[in-house]
Amino acid sequence: MTTDTARHVPDRLDSPLRSAVFSWEMLLVLVAVAIFIVNSISSPYFLNAWSLSDLTFNFTEKGLIALAMALLIIAGEIDLSVAAIIALASTLMGMALQAGADTPLLVAIGIGVGLLCGAFNGLLVTRLGLPSIVVTIGTMSLFRGIAYIILGDQAYKGYPQNFAFFGQGYVGWVISFELTLFLAAAVVFWFLLHRTSFGRAVFAIGNNPVASAFSGVRVERVKFILFLLTGLMSGIAAVLITSRLGSTRPSIAQGYELEVITMVVLGGVNILGGAGSILGVVLAAFIMGLVTFGLGLMNVPGIVMSIFVGLLLIAVIALPIIWSRFRERRA
Amino acid sequence: MKALAKNRETWLLAAIALLVAVIALRFPAFARPGNLLSVFNDTSILIILALGQMAVILTRSIDLSMASNLAFTGMAVAMTNAAYPEIPVVLLIVMAMAVGTALGALNGALVWKLGIPPIVVTLGTLTIFRGATFVLSGGAWVNADQMSQGFIALPRTAILGLPMLSWFAIAAIAAFHLLMTRTALGRSIYAAGINPTAAVYAGIDVGRTKFLAFCLSGMVAGLSGYLWISRYVIASVEVANGYELSIIAACVIGGVSIAGGIGSVAGAGLGALFLGIIGSALPVINISPFWQLAISGSAIILAVVLNARGERRQGRIILRRAEA
Amino acid sequence: MLHHPHPAHVVRDPPHEGEGGASLLTLSGVSKSFPGVRALSGVSLSLYPGEVTALVGENGAGKSTLVKILTGIYQPDEGEIRIGGAPVKLPTAHAAFEQGITAIHQETVLFDHLTVAENIFLGHAPRTWLGTIDWRTMRDNAREVLETMGAGIDPDALLSDLGIANKHLVAIARAMSIDARIVIMDEPTAALSAKEIEELFLLIEFLKSQKKAILFISHKFDEIFRIADRYTVFRDGQMVGEGLLAGTTQNQLVRMMVGRAVDQIFPERQPKIGAPLLAVSGLSHPTEFDDISFELRQGEILGFYGLVGAGRSEVMQAIAGMTRVSRGTITLGRREIAPKSAADAIDAGIVYVPEERGRQGVVIGLPIFQNVSLPSLKRTSKSGVLRLAEEFRLARTYTERLDLRASSLSQDVGTLSGGNQQKVVIAKWLATEPKVIILDEPTKGIDIASKAAVHGFMAELVAEGLSVIMVSSELPEILGMSDRVVVMREGRMVAIRENRDLDAETLVRFAAGIAP
Repeated sequence: MTTDTARHVPDRLDSPLRSAVFSWEMLLVLVAVAIFIVNSISSPYFLNAWSLSDLTFNFTEKGLIALAMALLIIAGEIDLSVAAIIALASTLMGMALQAGADTPLLVAIGIGVGLLCGAFNGLLVTRLGLPSIVVTIGTMSLFRGIAYIILGDQAYKGYPQNFAFFGQGYVGWVISFELTLFLAAAVVFWFLLHRTSFGRAVFAIGNNPVASAFSGVRVERVKFILFLLTGLMSGIAAVLITSRLGSTRPSIAQGYELEVITMVVLGGVNILGGAGSILGVVLAAFIMGLVTFGLGLMNVPGIVMSIFVGLLLIAVIALPIIWSRFRERRA
Repeated sequence: MKALAKNRETWLLAAIALLVAVIALRFPAFARPGNLLSVFNDTSILIILALGQMAVILTRSIDLSMASNLAFTGMAVAMTNAAYPEIPVVLLIVMAMAVGTALGALNGALVWKLGIPPIVVTLGTLTIFRGATFVLSGGAWVNADQMSQGFIALPRTAILGLPMLSWFAIAAIAAFHLLMTRTALGRSIYAAGINPTAAVYAGIDVGRTKFLAFCLSGMVAGLSGYLWISRYVIASVEVANGYELSIIAACVIGGVSIAGGIGSVAGAGLGALFLGIIGSALPVINISPFWQLAISGSAIILAVVLNARGERRQGRIILRRAEA
Repeated sequence: MLHHPHPAHVVRDPPHEGEGGASLLTLSGVSKSFPGVRALSGVSLSLYPGEVTALVGENGAGKSTLVKILTGIYQPDEGEIRIGGAPVKLPTAHAAFEQGITAIHQETVLFDHLTVAENIFLGHAPRTWLGTIDWRTMRDNAREVLETMGAGIDPDALLSDLGIANKHLVAIARAMSIDARIVIMDEPTAALSAKEIEELFLLIEFLKSQKKAILFISHKFDEIFRIADRYTVFRDGQMVGEGLLAGTTQNQLVRMMVGRAVDQIFPERQPKIGAPLLAVSGLSHPTEFDDISFELRQGEILGFYGLVGAGRSEVMQAIAGMTRVSRGTITLGRREIAPKSAADAIDAGIVYVPEERGRQGVVIGLPIFQNVSLPSLKRTSKSGVLRLAEEFRLARTYTERLDLRASSLSQDVGTLSGGNQQKVVIAKWLATEPKVIILDEPTKGIDIASKAAVHGFMAELVAEGLSVIMVSSELPEILGMSDRVVVMREGRMVAIRENRDLDAETLVRFAAGIAP
């Protein structure tokens, strides 16, 4: 072992630059660039500001949830109910619409329902000490189930004109409101996770919840806040999706939870907790958008795209493992 | 008697009996043996799937890809049947189980040989298998008129008054009971889940055990692929979409601990039956079927709360020991 | 190369004459390295049928690596294992099991939700003609084995319903059932009561009568001299002595273990004890402890002695806010406090350095500096925003004081040795600048050099006016470091005395409940 005398323990060994070059995020950047190039070569329509702008709609809503989900998974928990929260929030927004609510109230209801659902998950997990994977499988059925009870096979339509801005509007030129919101949220979550003591607590809890509690981290409170944040982002996503589609059905956002989790894992977040970065998640969101959009340009149906996403998920985790085995064997 | 009262399965059975009794108060026809048997028949596929999922969860893993496996295998046998109607159905069933096992083995190998967490592996194969179903079929459906008579008739053929579909479920229950309680593999599955470290010391290869559990879940998913298609007489890419969560729900309600090591064939079967009864009862008692999802969600939450109460860890209880 | 010469300093008894012949198991020249650590280098060990060999050594001496090699979990890099004279390979746990080697571990390696019978026969259950498990025969065989041992355990009982002592019996029954020739007992008495230990010793006598070769790993010398016939001493991954226990003294063994005389490892200090700082009065918990009252004074080291499981950690965790109490008060300075979490206690100025370093102390996966700053984040951050420079400064200050050996402060704390991890653990709580620091078994499982560093550091702390509570089960540590000592037994305080009025025997009597 290379140990120094105590007097000279340096703060860091590697330079920040060196660790950045050999990081997961760099790998994701390379993958993104590769897909970008392939897309540009294979379709003449790809390299066009409006195409690229359309591309972002593929991931902004899921990406918003993925930001919060990343923190939750780093802390060692998971929320499978996010898509169901969207369904319930959207349904209740539709109900409010029928009762004559205006746009600000609709947004408030969407976000409020998200927060309430998140709080419900958080209470079950932290107060009763239940495993979040099972709790949220339950609430996933419950939340969407309530949406079905309210709506059945009906749909709410006729959202007000100015409500459409959130999911369809542009801030300027080709920059959509959704993309702007996603990037702003990414900055906020990056700051929260990597630059605040709350974020540090998230990492600590994910690596060792017991030692964290002994160290004065309020583990239950942090976890509760994380569920609340995930609920909040799901509520915001519900507003965006409802606005973009202009209608609500109880089957809205079906299967989103798995795509969100794929995004998070692809972004380098350890599914077992304790490690991950917001930059990685943002890059993964872009990659998934690029893949889906690129395949779409090549007229590959959506369901086939999912094969690529699934393969990508397994490959990015398997390849480093295979590579390190290979190197060990040669060493 | 005391052991019986401590038993999760007993409580679940009592809950089911109570549920049936309450429904029967208003709608006596529901509790008629004939109707109950048909409820069982309707639940058969969920029961079979839950048994495979149970084996996987017992080893501290999870299989999210079962429904996609079912869709792929179902499409594969349906297309084979449409193209070669002369192939006997028995052979198709063997084929379904083989294809399902192969897909399960793929999951298992990734978990065993590469050490990737099961939730990640099966999240990936969940989308891959369903996408592959589309590639296989080109997005087309296989309809009733393309399937052979024997293919469609088999699950409906009554033997001793019970349709073959029910017999499949009964056989699966018996086979899994035997497997889990009477074979080295079954006991290894429990041991690997209860205490993986100790299992290694007892000479059990934990990784291999997980692999075999995934093969089992794949096999029942494949079998269910045939059963599903032949029962609902349509094969499409959308078959059983999202059903993986119902399967897990059946296990959770049946007292299978997501942390591994705890659970039984009876529990998983009863958990599935509980969901099946609710599904069948809703139209009878004039509640919109749209209630089903919310009710099963509440049942899952209730089940996990109750299970957790039984498993809560206690302190050392130093004082009581001193007084004793 | 196979027969490694022993290092020159190895203490060897003369060849064993006329006492039952050849060894059953022989290890020679066995080495094992892990990245950065040489866990075993060229060790040898012999086990004899019908005899108990005690393996002694400090934690980190290589004992657990040896056990893992013998049970097929690890593969030695070099060296040879012979059983009954023939060289064997143990590539898997199953291979070791088939060679008749079985281990009874510290944390019993059994299966909670399975029955006793199945725990005994898992992996080698009797089969029916169909190849399925024959439960009836299994149950009968289990009952038979348990009866031969004189253990009244129901084979159908679930293991989770048994106490630790009975779990050990099941483990031994398992060894009997596979007709093990070699039984490894890795600190089997750690969690047992005195009565249960006696029962275990009866069983070991029984195993000896069955001509089993037994490897007995323990830290407790009284037990070793009670039950073992031979000893083997490991130090820093090397075998440094072996022989017959008869005619060997405890001091000789200890000297081999530590490589020097044991006296004078504790720092000299002139205690400057001030006014009472912490007053605990009538503290009670529904199930764990009752009516605990004591005072801790400024600049004092208050030792808490007792047997494992006497409730000392539980009391300390209550004072540190980790568990709730049913009754009683805690007063710090003039203010009564009722911490509801560790965070509350840290804010008040009381920190608890937990016993289980890996589980409760370090956050493996985070770098050293983040471990150190974790309880002090409120101070190193500004309105919730991290300030890395502050964190590094804090980490540097405290790790340097503790003489931490590491290549950088950004290194994952999991890559450090046990002793250095313990230094990080102490540093992290000390960095909160507490008024009272509670150290729970501060030197458990760390090497001698780190132990001395920790003790020296404690002396410095109290000299600076900090007040220390030290929970320890090691008599020399209690007597060498404390100003006053509280003794607990079965959740209650049984004595509080000035250290100068105490000796080892008195302490043991109090802790064991034997009237003086």
